[in-house]
Amino acid sequence: MKTSAFTLKLTASALALGLAAPASADTLRLLTWGGYAPENVIEMFEAETGHTVEVTTSNNEEMIAKLRATGGGGFDLAQPSQDRIAGPQEEFGIYKPMDLSKIDAALFIPSMLEATKANTTVGGDVYGVPHVWGTDGLVLNTAQAADVKDYTDLCSDAVAGKVSYRMRRPTLIGFAFSMGMDPFAAYADEAAYTEILSKVEEALIACKPNVKTYWSGGDELMGLVRSGEVVAAMAWDTGGWKLNEDNPDVTFVAPTSGALGWIDTFVIPAKGQADDAAYAWINFVMKPEIAAMITESAGNFTASKGADEFVSDALKAKYQASFPQEAVDNIKWYPPVPAGLEALEGAVLDRVQAAR
Amino acid sequence: MTTPMPDLECDALTKRFGSATAVDNVSFTVPAGSFFSILGPSGCGKTTIMRMIAGFLEPSSGDIRIKGRSVLDVPPNKRPVNMVFQHLALFPMMNIADNIGYGLRRKGMAKAEIARKVDEALDRIGLPGIGARQVDELSGGQKQRVAIARCMVLEPDVLLLDEPLGALDLKLREHMKVELKALQAAFDTTFVYITHDQSEALVMSDRIAVMNAGRFEQMGTARDLYYRPQTAFVAGFVGDANRWQGRVTRAEGEALEVKTDGGLILRAISPGRKLPVGDRAEVFVRPEAIRLAEDSAQLSHFDTQISGHVATILFNGAASRVIVMDATGAEIEVALPQSGEFAHLTRGAGVHIGWSGDQGNAFAVARP
Amino acid sequence: MRAGQKLGLILLLTPLLLWLSLLIIIPHIDLFLLSLRERVGVRQYETGLANYTTILTEPLYMVTFARTAMMSILATVLTLLIAFPVSYYIAKMARGRARSVLFLMCLVPFWVSELVRTFGWMILLRESGVISGLLQWAGLAAGPVEMLYNDAAMMVGLVYTSMLFMVVPLVTTLDSLDDAVIEAGYDLGGSGPSILREIVIPHAMPGIVSGSIVVFMLSLGNYLTPTMLGGKDSLWFTQMIYSQFIVRFNWELGAAFGFMLLILSSLIVWAVLRLTGQTLEKTMG
Repeated sequence: MKTSAFTLKLTASALALGLAAPASADTLRLLTWGGYAPENVIEMFEAETGHTVEVTTSNNEEMIAKLRATGGGGFDLAQPSQDRIAGPQEEFGIYKPMDLSKIDAALFIPSMLEATKANTTVGGDVYGVPHVWGTDGLVLNTAQAADVKDYTDLCSDAVAGKVSYRMRRPTLIGFAFSMGMDPFAAYADEAAYTEILSKVEEALIACKPNVKTYWSGGDELMGLVRSGEVVAAMAWDTGGWKLNEDNPDVTFVAPTSGALGWIDTFVIPAKGQADDAAYAWINFVMKPEIAAMITESAGNFTASKGADEFVSDALKAKYQASFPQEAVDNIKWYPPVPAGLEALEGAVLDRVQAAR
Repeated sequence: MTTPMPDLECDALTKRFGSATAVDNVSFTVPAGSFFSILGPSGCGKTTIMRMIAGFLEPSSGDIRIKGRSVLDVPPNKRPVNMVFQHLALFPMMNIADNIGYGLRRKGMAKAEIARKVDEALDRIGLPGIGARQVDELSGGQKQRVAIARCMVLEPDVLLLDEPLGALDLKLREHMKVELKALQAAFDTTFVYITHDQSEALVMSDRIAVMNAGRFEQMGTARDLYYRPQTAFVAGFVGDANRWQGRVTRAEGEALEVKTDGGLILRAISPGRKLPVGDRAEVFVRPEAIRLAEDSAQLSHFDTQISGHVATILFNGAASRVIVMDATGAEIEVALPQSGEFAHLTRGAGVHIGWSGDQGNAFAVARP
Repeated sequence: MRAGQKLGLILLLTPLLLWLSLLIIIPHIDLFLLSLRERVGVRQYETGLANYTTILTEPLYMVTFARTAMMSILATVLTLLIAFPVSYYIAKMARGRARSVLFLMCLVPFWVSELVRTFGWMILLRESGVISGLLQWAGLAAGPVEMLYNDAAMMVGLVYTSMLFMVVPLVTTLDSLDDAVIEAGYDLGGSGPSILREIVIPHAMPGIVSGSIVVFMLSLGNYLTPTMLGGKDSLWFTQMIYSQFIVRFNWELGAAFGFMLLILSSLIVWAVLRLTGQTLEKTMG
């Protein structure tokens, strides 16, 4: 009996060692968005630091779901949006506090760094620093949908049957602003938020005949707009800019009620095993010239100070066309989503999907 | 004088598959109420004939008439012909009563009437009261009888049987031969039976056609085929025979003398076939036509006499044989009478054998 | 000697038992326990049936549930109706090369991923797609025709995806039907339809039932096809499970959904087996 228990212990520890071995400090397992870790940047980073990088691309929901499934393991660095850090951290405890002393704050645009730190603070600890930012707004074929100025215009007869948006929370928020309400202000007040949601639900159900299909993947939307089947959609700015390269009529337009601004961050998962490599990666990609390479690859601008100088003029021109100064000032930045809000929104989205 | 209308007539029936001819210009008639067999080795075309009669194959040329009416344009489910398949093909998804009643249901007969007819048929085949059983609960012989009853309730003009005894063990097969013959008599229906087993054909049939390579070699009664084979194939295929090849040394009408390649001198007859001196010939002598004796004097009335010794004794009850080896080394198979006379015969013992010349059938050897 | 045999048996069974316990039983127990957990506050949970009450009291969930079941049954019936003649042809009429080619044609769609297969249908059916273009070219339609994003398109996708899983068991059972039995049916006066009804279908019943069970399960659990082809009105129970788990972070309700689906599919399979008089051993054996 005794010997067998001993053997068991031995086997277990050998197993643990064996499992731990591939995740040595030299491998950075990065959970990120498509385009945020381009091949050329990875090569430069590996050459400079000796670490190797394994990239998994995903989206906000899946990132959190993956980390939740393992209790914050399996990855060493993740990049959810800044509004999706505090809530999940309170609920599931899937992140590690940031050691800000290991981050070179001088590389960041100060206002953005401070805002992100404030939004990702839970119990006095900071959990995220900013990386890439962008907006949700309208992608329009201006030749056919010139009258669409705001989200609610997607429901006008002029574009009937040629509209697409996602069945996700940005759509609810965007419509709420467009209908003259302020959902962000109501985040903390469940009753008020429910009230806003029920009005948005009504509007979205009424708008349903106008919709061709609810898009779910970026490539799907690109296809729909490229083929001309969809002329007006709610989507990311980069999508509009990419389509603009193929068809000059298509571009991103900031809606009059304001584009919705998001910031994707760096967070360290609770069971991350390569913190040094993670900090090294953060400090490496925030260098202006590297950050510009990421902007070229992802299409969005970063929180790196001075990186704009290195970005190509073509991209800058598109950005300026979509964002005159008043539009920039009008960007609605997502505040942290309180835990449990998704359940309310989910019920609304389900009912809209089911409505006939 | 009017001959009654035959139940089945096949006229110059031919079936070609691509360039191969499976059935080559075959004609025969089967009188009403008779048991007709087609006997041949596998691949001779007998199954093709049967499938053409049943309607599953269309003849390349020729005609099939049942009760005088051509059935070439009649699909298989409308022909007054039914078939007992090689593996019986009972419907495993139905019980026995439903199997037998299947054809009647298809005719649209009333339920009560069907039930009555099915019970009647079960009585007829000696299996009353098994209607509710499943197919796999029956023995081989019982299935056999059900398969026949399933056809007979439809009162077909002709019943086709495709080697239905093939799957049975020997003892049951012997028993079923007798039973089939009895069933045929009881139902008084024309049976057309195909088989490669000569004993099945010989025991049951009124007339037999021996088939080889798409053609009928000979048609006649069992006795005709056995005693008066008209071709070397029939002589070799029906019954056992000693067979020698040699050359004709003398010819007096039908009576011949043949010297075999081994040097044996034999007498034989060739009724209806001309075999001039000097021609190659093949002689068949059945083992049971040869007399065995310890004393040559007992064989003095036979015109062929040979002395030798016992090489082997093949004991098989009534079908026991002795292989006798003569001076030239030729082996001759001889029936061993079970009257007790030769009970003490041992290997190596000297014996004499003889037969009368008209028991030897000689055929010309086809030139290659 | 006996000890050796016992060890051999244990070694042989170990992979199966590991498979069953690690991949099927343990996750399901875990899922069940999860479904009994209700969230009362941040990181505060109680045990209870709240998730199940939510499902039963929210008409939306029940409607989706019923719709998914009905559509899956419809997809199964359609697949059976299309696959049966195909299988009959492959098993009973095609010979040699033609047979393998036909079988291969049923298999070919499965050489590409489900995503690509579904996307193929999107290319065909969309407004700017191949069929719409052909119709306009032939003068049968005045303008672009949208055939995507409706229940019919989804049904086409489901049937297409399921075809092989119906054809294989059907071909296997039809293969085992002796040709002579069908011929005997004709010989005894049966017509085509009556032989189909009384002989072929009863014989193929185990294959029909096992194929239907597999197709039904596949349709019920399909996620990609309803999502991609079904469009804005498509509601599929798996989509709800996905969104509870991934989008809403509501694993508790998602787990309850998963269990409802398990119960539903088990009930329907049981009902089909009872109705057709088949047993699980007979259809799967």
